[in-house]
Amino acid sequence: MPKKTAIYDEHVKFGAKIVEFAGFLMPIQYKNGIFSEVKRVRETVGLFDVSHMGEVEIRGKDALEFINYITINDASKLEQFQVQYSAMCYEDGGIVDDLLVYKLPDKYILIVNASNTDKDFDWILKNKRGEVEINNISDTITQLAIQGPDAEKVVQKLTDVDLSVMEFYWATVTKVSAIDCILSRTGYTGEDGFEIYVKNESGRKLWNDILNAGGEFKIEPVGLGARDLLRLEMKYCLYGNDIDKLTTPLEAGLSWITKLDKENFIGKVALLKQKEEGIKRRLICFEMIEKGIPRHSYEIIKDGKNIGFVTSGNFSPSVNKFIGLGYVEKPFHKSGNEISIDIRGTQKKAVVVKPPFYKNASHK
Amino acid sequence: MNIPDNLKYTKDHEWVRVEGEFVFEGLTDYAQSQLADIVTFELKPVGSKFKKNDIFGSVEAVKAVVDLYMAVGGEIVEVNEKVMNTPEIVNSDPYGEGWIVKAKMDDADELNELLSPDDYKKLIEEQS
Repeated sequence: MPKKTAIYDEHVKFGAKIVEFAGFLMPIQYKNGIFSEVKRVRETVGLFDVSHMGEVEIRGKDALEFINYITINDASKLEQFQVQYSAMCYEDGGIVDDLLVYKLPDKYILIVNASNTDKDFDWILKNKRGEVEINNISDTITQLAIQGPDAEKVVQKLTDVDLSVMEFYWATVTKVSAIDCILSRTGYTGEDGFEIYVKNESGRKLWNDILNAGGEFKIEPVGLGARDLLRLEMKYCLYGNDIDKLTTPLEAGLSWITKLDKENFIGKVALLKQKEEGIKRRLICFEMIEKGIPRHSYEIIKDGKNIGFVTSGNFSPSVNKFIGLGYVEKPFHKSGNEISIDIRGTQKKAVVVKPPFYKNASHK
Repeated sequence: MNIPDNLKYTKDHEWVRVEGEFVFEGLTDYAQSQLADIVTFELKPVGSKFKKNDIFGSVEAVKAVVDLYMAVGGEIVEVNEKVMNTPEIVNSDPYGEGWIVKAKMDDADELNELLSPDDYKKLIEEQS
């Protein structure tokens, strides 16, 4: 049986089209359509139920050392209440998952992808070392994301925290709409925005209070379809599409979170070796010159030869172009390079471009 | 799901409206909702002749790309330019402004092989 989030009945009330995703019944879109929801987030503010995401708490004397062993970024750089984008790798450098690490006063929390929660939790337990306590609290937490240039104004109406001084990728433990929560300035859209974690029993009230507070900014619920487009327009990777156990962070353009000078972590040896030998393929951004949606696993061609494959693609309503991500062999990854995508047997021209596709996002 | 009584339907989620010797063809409400936001159509030009079930074009949408099949044999006499320029009207008005092509039928008897509104309703209930 697929799970329902605490907000499920509200989605139905708003006319959501519900699909099963990662074991949850989630809204893929509401009545006005995916492009309209993308526009709402880019122009004012949208509200997302992302309660399907997983949360793993790590406590104990050796928590930092343990997290630094299983993740590729350097968690020792985190200050109290800071948030870090990171990933876990296998010994061979392939990616287990990408995630966020929250450093809170009494614990760390890892926010992982819904489709990977069980796999990640097993992986974390399997590699447990030192004095740590690990808890998968995913089923008890409702996560809402408020995203868009007006997000701060909406959330500020509901909290005493001075949001004007809260920096991107920082969090706090506070109350929003009188509900105890973790509030962070984070998101997956490129816009300014916040993510709020509350206990399930408060989820529905928080959802409705945010919608009421955001009325003057035309806030609307936004589904997973728009979320996927918003992240694609920013070239944010999606696990299962752009990154997986067969790709490494170095290939995916995530070397900025891969701290190879860190003492010891799972995957370090393989990643160092890959760097020394040279990275043979790269995740690129491309725009279609000819019409057509490049979809996952379509072939990328140069001069009649296969040079790679598409990992994500769609029509971008924000830049009004067909866009995609994919892996290509070096040196075809350089921007300006013309390539072709095999779209259902027809080679359609495209050009490699620099990320992000959408350059006017509001995030701080 | 909206399934007007005055139309005929195909297994490929297209509808047909008969006007004399001509038919108008489009995508059903169910089809547009499964495809999500429609981005572009590629259609064979006016004057193209097809047999029943031939592919006369394709539609690209956020969720999927699908081929379009002739519900009856005939010649395309008009392509809805409004749909070519603003394909999203197929999402908002699939049975009205969102018609896709107008064709001159070869054999009106082929209409008898199409699904009634009730049959089509059963089909999508089975599929969803």
